[in-house]
Amino acid sequence: MAQLEERPFPPGRYSLIVVGSGPGALQLTYCLHRLGIEHAVLSDDPAPGGMFRRWPVFQRMLSWTKPFTGFERSSRAYERFDWNSLLADEPPNRAVMTGVMDGTSYFPSRPEMEKGLVTFADATSLRIRFGCRWETTRKEGPDFVLGTSDGEYRSPLVVFAVGVAEPWRPTGLEAVPHYGDLRPVETYKDRRVFIVGKQNSGFEIATGLLPLARQIVLASPSPTKLSVNTHSLVGVRARYVQPYEDSVLAGGVLVLDTSIDEVKRTGDGYQVRTRSAGDDGVLTFEVDDVVAATGFATPLRDLPDLGVATFGQSRLPAQTPFWQSATVPGIYFAGTIMQGSRGLKKHGIPSNSGAVQGYRYNARVLAAHLAEERFGVRLPRLRLEASDVISHLLAEASHAPELWHQRSYLARVVLVDPDRGIIDDGIAPLANFVDAPGPDAVAVALESNGRDDPYPAIYIRKQGTVTEHLLEPNLQLNFEDHAHRKALTAALERLLSPSLSQPQL
Amino acid sequence: MAVQEDVADTIAGFALFADLSAPQREQVVHVFDEAWFSEGERVLRQGFSGSGLYIILEGAAAIRIDGVDRSTLRPGDYFGEISCLLGEAPVADIVALRALRCIVLPSTQVETFLKAHPSIMFRLLQGEARKVRNTTKWLS
Repeated sequence: MAQLEERPFPPGRYSLIVVGSGPGALQLTYCLHRLGIEHAVLSDDPAPGGMFRRWPVFQRMLSWTKPFTGFERSSRAYERFDWNSLLADEPPNRAVMTGVMDGTSYFPSRPEMEKGLVTFADATSLRIRFGCRWETTRKEGPDFVLGTSDGEYRSPLVVFAVGVAEPWRPTGLEAVPHYGDLRPVETYKDRRVFIVGKQNSGFEIATGLLPLARQIVLASPSPTKLSVNTHSLVGVRARYVQPYEDSVLAGGVLVLDTSIDEVKRTGDGYQVRTRSAGDDGVLTFEVDDVVAATGFATPLRDLPDLGVATFGQSRLPAQTPFWQSATVPGIYFAGTIMQGSRGLKKHGIPSNSGAVQGYRYNARVLAAHLAEERFGVRLPRLRLEASDVISHLLAEASHAPELWHQRSYLARVVLVDPDRGIIDDGIAPLANFVDAPGPDAVAVALESNGRDDPYPAIYIRKQGTVTEHLLEPNLQLNFEDHAHRKALTAALERLLSPSLSQPQL
Repeated sequence: MAVQEDVADTIAGFALFADLSAPQREQVVHVFDEAWFSEGERVLRQGFSGSGLYIILEGAAAIRIDGVDRSTLRPGDYFGEISCLLGEAPVADIVALRALRCIVLPSTQVETFLKAHPSIMFRLLQGEARKVRNTTKWLS
């Protein structure tokens, strides 16, 4: 690859620096480049791919790329079914994953995912300085100074896209091997394995060890949630539910809701003492292996010392709706760290900002935001006729991949300006639309409540006050029918009248 | 976002969780998510669906109705329970007055959670009773 030989971006001052070369960084640098924003990209890794150069440990993704959908693979509508490809403006560089998958599964293998990212980076000629490790950060005047293995870099704007991939263990489990330390699977043959953690990573390991381990115990304090029950990506995904069935049918897997009191080495194995929250009952397990599937933290290095506030077990940085540190202006985040910008999180359902299918859209919004707010670029907006507004909003609710993948999080915004007319303002963070001041406008998002089918939500800003209007779900996920047109027309009557005097019903 | 390890100790001092043993507290905190809000950020939005039960760990928040601050909430206080119990949108904004750290349970899980933890349900009822009493005193 050309970028390996060139080593672009020598130490110096840049108007913007991106740190990382996983899918989040790749998507952002692609979008910035398309907007003509000069920037440097630095990465510790030797090639693109980020965490997908190593994980998932059992080498198969949880996110699908569905080959047959009825939509052209280069179309915007297809993105709803392709969770893994990065976004491109040029049709040949869209849906890259469909070209690297072998067709045996609609979940790409890890090597296929890595290949897809490398292919995208090559095809779009992304320039990255690989083998350049970010080590320290300090502030000098308007600039952040990044100390790296190659020397010092300076910039007033830095975007960190460094993943959430630092193994995290709770107190008392410091010496226990982590998910990322799993040995070759055949070494677990006929062994008793205790897995701490009952989220996807714990169930992924249990699924992989089912044909080998003698006994598997999965334990954590709170009960397991299943995605098929939460109607969202919250909970263990269907692919990893097999150990749960094995447990229910008494096949040798135990799934326990307990605290882990103590993990002690005993000769070649471990003794694990658990305590039930229900009856305070203590159980002791003699096992051969313990694995901490207890999650990951954000490798922020010294950013907290600089004032970057973090929260939660993953130490995610607190962020504004446009993914800027809530406490240190000028520091932004991209990739899976964007899940620290919470959004409305209605009904407790998080955005998909932790996954490629979510943060790829965030990256495009962030690039446009940086271009306009920090570099003085004015991006073109589409002007709409009043009679087109209803159709436009309902078509977005039915087909826009940004809205489908980022529910209650990203929205299509249409401004209603008495001087400029009706203007499509693009895709924007919903939290910013409902909380920041702005002109009269309407935003459409798609939402889920964990119970019913998805439904469009309309947010109308009139004289500074935002009101919510929920439309009905539709079994066939079609919101362009007469009933939705009628409901949306009624909701927008005050905002658009008299400009929308003749809605097409 | 799973909660930080210190949360189980922090809530030991809150009235809502006063009757729980240490393992029970640890289990309870794993059911919640952790959230962080900047000064001026809205936590709950008046008239918006899909709220949750929030318990303040650090910081302070205002109960704001139609733009007017009515009361201040502090660590150990909770909010959002009325909209969760009634299945209705909140009738007030809750706005962070300074950096605010909370744990939160989605409205869809509140009924199951309270039925599984009767002591927390009783403590929450006591809190609601105090609010009714104070309102009655104020009205009279």
